[in-house]
Amino acid sequence: MTSTTAGTTWLVRRSRVLGGQPTDVLVENGVVAEIGPGLSAAGASVLDADGLVLLPGLVDLHTHLREPGREDAETVETGSQAAARGGFTAVHAMANTDPVADTAGVVEQVWRLGRRSGWVDVRPVGAVTVGLAGERLAELGAMADSAAGVRVFSDDGKCVSDAVLMRRALEYVKAFDGVVAQHAQEPRLTDGAQMHEGAVSAVLGLRGWPAVAEEAIIARDVLLAGHVGSRLHVCHLSTAGSVEIVRWAKGRGIDVTAEVTPHHLLLTDEEVRSYDPVFKVNPPLRTAEDVMALREALADGTIDIVATDHAPHPVEDKDCEWAAAAMGMTGLETALSVVQHTMVETGLLDWAGVAQRMSAAPARIGRVADQGRPLVVGEPAHLTLVDPAARWTVEPHTMATMGRNSPFRGRELPGQVVATFYAGHPTVLDGKLAAPRPSTTPGRDA
Amino acid sequence: MRHLLSAADLDRAQAVTVLDVAEQMAATQRREIKKLPTLRGRTVVNLFFEDSTRTRISFEAAAKRLSADVINFSAKGSSVSKGESLKDTALTLEAMGADAVVVRHPASGAPHRLAHAGWTRGAVVNAGDGTHEHPTQALLDAFTMRRHLVENATGADLAGRRVAVVGDVLHSRVARSNVLLLNTLGAHVVLVAPPTLLPVGVEGWPCEVSYDLDATLAGAHGDLDAVMMLRVQAERMNASYFPSVREYSRRYGLDARRVGLLPDHTVVMHPGPMNRGLEISADAADSPRSTIVEQVTNGVAVRMAVLYLLLAGARDLAPAGPPADEVALTEGVLP
Repeated sequence: MTSTTAGTTWLVRRSRVLGGQPTDVLVENGVVAEIGPGLSAAGASVLDADGLVLLPGLVDLHTHLREPGREDAETVETGSQAAARGGFTAVHAMANTDPVADTAGVVEQVWRLGRRSGWVDVRPVGAVTVGLAGERLAELGAMADSAAGVRVFSDDGKCVSDAVLMRRALEYVKAFDGVVAQHAQEPRLTDGAQMHEGAVSAVLGLRGWPAVAEEAIIARDVLLAGHVGSRLHVCHLSTAGSVEIVRWAKGRGIDVTAEVTPHHLLLTDEEVRSYDPVFKVNPPLRTAEDVMALREALADGTIDIVATDHAPHPVEDKDCEWAAAAMGMTGLETALSVVQHTMVETGLLDWAGVAQRMSAAPARIGRVADQGRPLVVGEPAHLTLVDPAARWTVEPHTMATMGRNSPFRGRELPGQVVATFYAGHPTVLDGKLAAPRPSTTPGRDA
Repeated sequence: MRHLLSAADLDRAQAVTVLDVAEQMAATQRREIKKLPTLRGRTVVNLFFEDSTRTRISFEAAAKRLSADVINFSAKGSSVSKGESLKDTALTLEAMGADAVVVRHPASGAPHRLAHAGWTRGAVVNAGDGTHEHPTQALLDAFTMRRHLVENATGADLAGRRVAVVGDVLHSRVARSNVLLLNTLGAHVVLVAPPTLLPVGVEGWPCEVSYDLDATLAGAHGDLDAVMMLRVQAERMNASYFPSVREYSRRYGLDARRVGLLPDHTVVMHPGPMNRGLEISADAADSPRSTIVEQVTNGVAVRMAVLYLLLAGARDLAPAGPPADEVALTEGVLP
């Protein structure tokens, strides 16, 4: 089969590569063919990118696509459309589907659905334990060796709380350069927990989710990772104390990486005073001090990446009382804007820093070889063009995701994704979905 | 104010107004004919997602004595696991034309959702939500205290009075509403509990905290004017909040010896239902200084006042008497 992008040529004019000086970029046959001022190419489609910032396609290490099992909440198709609109060219689909992605069969199914959709590279995450039950290891090797080529393993939504099981998982995945991405939550300390435990939970009478329940697991896990010489990734780190532990571990040379979500960079537990379940998420929104510590840690590299934890839910799962509501927020289509707002406009990061944390580093952690690459000639053309001067108001019903549970609803945010190129193919143009990359999987998949 | 969701919804003037109107309501309840025509033609729905016979009948009596039509909607078993959602229940009540919804719910914040999610236009009264608040309980407690502790009560607050609230503060909606309302009324609150039954974050509350009941009763935080005992559920023991019921009772129960530590004028209160022999001994509960039965009586008058102020036009709970036409309607019963 010929490359589907062959013959498609795009000339992106006067974009600012990583926020630098305006220049032209020629995309040909799915790769960056030329970079420099005043390029021309006969027959190329021209995209006037004056004032736009050119980034490598964003890579999300933490996405819930809900398929198989909860197609009423999201599908691979709609979730990857949302990803493309958010400027992503790869997402890691979390394993807590129904059935759980704990076998080669399920991860291959998700992988094929992603290939067929063609909006982004969908990389399935494999469950660490069978059924996310935390009792015995899933067939990690089979998932690694499958067509999906799984490298990230996580029981996300549940913590691998058994220390022996966690140790074995950390050790075992070394055989195929995998990584365990831990949802750090000591289960007994968070039984029935509804929100961050502190001054606000005391007033609201909602059962607390103490910071120590996250920090205690991270502390244990970095020590385990150090002991067995494994790679550890910490999902959605949310407290100032967790930052201190990861900083300490990195100082000791332990191979640990960490992510923060956009919502933990902006929102605090004060939002819960409304009792609006759109603010219910796990780990919970923390305090303003935590938010500032997370921003600082993302800036100084203690936290390696931003990951969305995009978690769409059907309306009825949020249109109820707090305790009955599902945990989670959508995030793919607001992530870059929130990062611009909290990190770029505050002077904590430049655009090169954003590219590092939202593309290069997550691709490296997930071992996505052809993504998060430098913006130089010869590299695959996974590209995102963002208009940093744009301002927009978040309206969930206009989004590509099926989830209406955006905590930023009604909020004005900076930065709009104008175009996304996935392997040289424009999935988003003029801020709207264009067309998926034609299937690269031969024939129709079963 | 359209709803009563939290004791914090009331400023000092509004809180005093509720207590003053409740006094007027109480006066009508000493008459042979207790029923007032004030809310004739209005519909009050008692929406109870949790068993609470005492609170429900108190609200029911209050609404009926104001001549409102009362619908009791018992949705026991939470909407969480089975049956209709809170939203659909609210839409149903809205379709039936509820003017006020009195809601008891096991989930903290459920009345807030009912009031603010656009599901119903009626006034929402929080009759106890999870471990959050129970504002009418705090109002009836303040009403009871004011009667016993303040001369010339009308128009007065509780400035300078000292109240100890003892027991399972962590899980108590009564404690939360009392701390807020008593503080608004100028009283000084001391919470007394084992550290396991105080919420993390209590240090931000407008009150003092003590772990030592004997010292507090003996005046370590000043002479007390009221001691309010909270119900302790024995099942907390299984969750390691305290080692045993007996140890809890020894350290935090109010018995005759401890009552003897109090000044003569101090009242003993309990929101009910009591665990006699656990947080309060029979001696203490039945002593002359106990206001426990009176609290129940006062509950009806206070809830009449709340429904009246929310429904009978005085929506701002302004610190003025009832409107003139209402006074006329009740033929001089309300001054």
